[in-house]
Amino acid sequence: MLRLPVFALHEPETLGQVLELLRIHQPSVGLFAGGTDLLPNIKLGQTYRAHWISLRRVEELHEITPFDGGLRLGASSGLATLATDPDLTAGWPALAQALDKIASPQIRNMATLGGNLCLDTRCRYINQSQMWRQALGGCLKSHGDQCHVVPGGKGCVAALSADSVAPLIAYGAEVDILGPSGLRRILVQDLYDSDGLHHVRCQPDEVLTAVVLPAPPATRHVRYRKWSVRKSIDFPLVSVAVRLDVDAQGLLSDGLIAVAALGPKPRVLPLGQLRGRVLDEQLAHDLGQMAFDRCRPLPNIPYDPAYRRERLAVEVRRAVRDMAGLPIKPLAARLALLGDQL
Amino acid sequence: MSQPLDSKDVSSELPQQPSRHILGGRHGKADSLDAMTGVARYTDDISLPRMLHAKILRSPHAHAEIVRIDVSAAEALDGVHAVVVGREMPTCYGVIPWTPDEQALATDKVRYVGDAVAAVAAISEEIANLACQLIEVEYKVLPALITPEAALQHPEIKIHPNNKHGNITKSVQLAFGDVDGQLEAADLVVEGHYQFHGTTHGALEPHCAVAYFDTRQLLTVWSSTQVPHYLHRELAKVLGLPTYQIRVIQPLVGGGFGGKSEPFDLEFAAALLSIRTGRPVKLLYTREEVFLAHRGRHPFDMNYRTGFSKDGKILAVDARSILDGGAYSSFGLVTTYYSGQLLGSPYAFDSYRFDSTRVYTNKPACGPKRGHGSVQPRFAMEVQLDKAAVALGLDPIELRRRNFIGENTTTINEFHVGSSGFLECLDSVEQASGWKQRRGRLPRGRGLGVAGSTYISGTNYCIYPTELPQSGVQICLDRSGRVRVFAGTSDIGQGSSTMLSVIAAEELGVEIDDVRVIAADSDLCPVDLGAYSSRITLMAGNACLSAAKDLGGKVRDAVAKSWGCSRREVLLAGRRAQRLDDPSVWMSIQDAFVLAEIAYGTMGSTGSYQTPRQEVHGEYRGGTIGASPAYSFTAHIAEVEVDEETGEIEILHVWCAHDCGKALSPVLVEGQIEGSVYMGAAEVVLEHHHVMDSGLKADGSQRDSGPGVEGLLAASSLLDYRMPTTLDTPQLHAMIVEKPDPRGPYGAKEAGEGPLHSAIPAIVNAIYDAIGVRIDQLPATPSKILAALRAQRSGNPL
Repeated sequence: MLRLPVFALHEPETLGQVLELLRIHQPSVGLFAGGTDLLPNIKLGQTYRAHWISLRRVEELHEITPFDGGLRLGASSGLATLATDPDLTAGWPALAQALDKIASPQIRNMATLGGNLCLDTRCRYINQSQMWRQALGGCLKSHGDQCHVVPGGKGCVAALSADSVAPLIAYGAEVDILGPSGLRRILVQDLYDSDGLHHVRCQPDEVLTAVVLPAPPATRHVRYRKWSVRKSIDFPLVSVAVRLDVDAQGLLSDGLIAVAALGPKPRVLPLGQLRGRVLDEQLAHDLGQMAFDRCRPLPNIPYDPAYRRERLAVEVRRAVRDMAGLPIKPLAARLALLGDQL
Repeated sequence: MSQPLDSKDVSSELPQQPSRHILGGRHGKADSLDAMTGVARYTDDISLPRMLHAKILRSPHAHAEIVRIDVSAAEALDGVHAVVVGREMPTCYGVIPWTPDEQALATDKVRYVGDAVAAVAAISEEIANLACQLIEVEYKVLPALITPEAALQHPEIKIHPNNKHGNITKSVQLAFGDVDGQLEAADLVVEGHYQFHGTTHGALEPHCAVAYFDTRQLLTVWSSTQVPHYLHRELAKVLGLPTYQIRVIQPLVGGGFGGKSEPFDLEFAAALLSIRTGRPVKLLYTREEVFLAHRGRHPFDMNYRTGFSKDGKILAVDARSILDGGAYSSFGLVTTYYSGQLLGSPYAFDSYRFDSTRVYTNKPACGPKRGHGSVQPRFAMEVQLDKAAVALGLDPIELRRRNFIGENTTTINEFHVGSSGFLECLDSVEQASGWKQRRGRLPRGRGLGVAGSTYISGTNYCIYPTELPQSGVQICLDRSGRVRVFAGTSDIGQGSSTMLSVIAAEELGVEIDDVRVIAADSDLCPVDLGAYSSRITLMAGNACLSAAKDLGGKVRDAVAKSWGCSRREVLLAGRRAQRLDDPSVWMSIQDAFVLAEIAYGTMGSTGSYQTPRQEVHGEYRGGTIGASPAYSFTAHIAEVEVDEETGEIEILHVWCAHDCGKALSPVLVEGQIEGSVYMGAAEVVLEHHHVMDSGLKADGSQRDSGPGVEGLLAASSLLDYRMPTTLDTPQLHAMIVEKPDPRGPYGAKEAGEGPLHSAIPAIVNAIYDAIGVRIDQLPATPSKILAALRAQRSGNPL
């Protein structure tokens, strides 16, 4: 069977101890949350650290704290807990639904929100055994110097595969990052970089401590749509959240489309220019087309990128229809009118 | 005899006349709780004192010559006990004795990414892995032939240099009747080009072997195999040991589905490493190695022409198939024959021919997967019938009824068909699915499809030529009241040991739990050929029945003597012997066994089964391949919903009715039906054992990346090889049809493979019913559905 290499596992109980351990054991040290993704990656030899710091015993990372209509979620909050948390499901339902779509019940019992945000990027040329990668001759992310996704490419384009990212962006969430020089707070959409090797903008001596959800305005609607081949277990092949803010007349006032599972970084498409539009099938169609035009899935995760691009448009349409009170799946008759989009 | 101590009178509950007290009851699998509670012992659960762990070094190239191997650095590593390479056991083997083209570890060439090159035994798996990395292999890389087209275009690049015909491993042409004349005379000729993609078994338990060459120089090999007897023979051949010096034990197996029906590199490697070190050696595959060992469903490229009369009678079938064999022959000779030979039922037609060619490619070898060699042609055949029904304006079920082959008859290619419940199968699914009321009245996007099929209950002939029985069973009973059954049969989860218990219990009057089955240990058990071709219930069942009847007769004789009646008047049932005409006269079965042991001495009996030699098959060359003592029949109806915006197919329901002759254990038969349908449905919409190729389009419209990817598995984990989760599984409706066959024990025929076949075309036909497009090339991915819908809208259907 696949074996784990030898490493030291530290189990600090305070954030101070976490920072200290991070400092002492640089450079071969990493943070270990639920471990549901990390352990397979360690077994497959994709990542190695001599020291892993488990965050499980750090109490304050588990805290869920309401504030001014908002919610601060400790990074170690479990996905299963959050998916059914009454405050979260009431105020940020699309996020709760997204978390409930991650992997399987057993994995959600172990996995954490912070772990999902810091999930390593995925690619069909990386998430393979050591033997497989050696047979390939390696890649930018794995003992090699060429990219197989973008031949001739100089940067790793492995895909951001965390389901939580798109809905968090849609809700305008921020993250707290603690380091030796103190706490900083940044928007989730600024957390990511386009380098698939180091796509999370945390320094090696920092720790992501919490996710901060601002109070959602009553006029804000968010839907999360995920597509994977199977209905459970799989990482997203399409991951998109659509936010529509509506004014008193029910017309669009602002919004955005946040798309993950493309490259290492999420794509955010603002909708401010569409202010005043009616929430109808035409809007669904136009936003689907916008996502189709502006997003180009790569052959990095294991499914036909051309189909994923079409499917992204479908999922955007369905998100909009849902918020517009239309049936999510159009009737056969209406399909014909959608024409080439299909 | 006096009444037993337990004087509770339950005689009124006893059967008043001979009837089945166990057989056909709704009992479960005898050992299912062990598996469910985690106490079942699989091969990997074996741990012996001083045991070493072994790993195999595998080729990173799809096609290369081995120039040099240097194992010195690996041997020098602390903790390494032995390193072996191919030249230490170069003998070629193959499960089919006519096509021995495999070596335990490659000597001169590697033929796919993953071909075994060397093996290491060390004190831990970690050290064995490290040592593998230290082995230096110099390769001369050769052009990789990933597709059959490439392999046929380049006969000069021979994957097997000694092969006679380029890269063709087997080519079969057989013809019956006047095909061309009938096609010409036909009112309708349906032509179709079909593709079936590669899929693999996905058994939960990875292959594992433990070998120990002990102080008496006896080699014991425990292996998660489906064919301990064939493994025994091949171990002897390759290791140069006499068979009496080898003991093969098959512990509980966590699923096989055909993926463990031949010897693999790990058994030979573990054995040789144990011989070298004198210590037990364990070798456990990783999941990736299971995908590389493969032996899964052959990709088929099929061109079919089928002629029909205007009333829907099949007049002629003309089938041409290219089989993508992968790097080795495996069962390929049989697969090539099966691709055409098993088309002759469940329908009668007067003319037919097939031309099938199996080609070597630089990929993991294909072999037998549930429904070996006949699932792919069945897909083409049944879609052809559906197209004909549409063209002729006939109900597809009616078209099938009109072509039914009948019972006690002979197929066009001269196989004798005994019992057949095919019409009853069609009736059952038609009724259960509401076909008559619902078909044609469903909204667009939703559809129903039907298909039928047939399968063998074991092959009439052993893989190697022999007059020996196919199956032997020995039964002992004694004063304890327990029954012991010794059989070479492989329980791979299908429940063959339960089947033996049921027959022994039925005949000897005990309960299932009173029967201890000792199976698949070559030192203890008579030979059985193994768990393949759906043969065990019919063959070992008959052997067991014969032995049990013999012993049961003796017990009844002994009891009859004490009661002063004839043996016919003694019934053994429910842990008792009782008088048929007077249920108040009875004794415990334990007392009955005591009487028998007093009368006859130690109680034992053997039974064996040999297939019939008359009325089975024709005498033409190849006429024995596909011949079976009895055939099962199946019909499926599937209901699907197609999302026309995404192209996704949801398989809502599959109704399957299967004629297994007689269900000895109905719960287990239903389990086989459900498992088969689950597996078949997955092959339509999800699973794909895809090997990457830099040159050609693959996997729908996705082009695999540039040089370096040739021969790599696109999906080498259970995450990427997408088997259905519970949520992806359709509602399964299993229905049993019983048309007893005189050749089966109590009339029983197979149930393990037949119920898969027509699930696939039924689903594909349902897609057509839902949206009016044909998916002739599997898998039915959303992109293919969208492309077909676009073509439909543009007025140029694909």
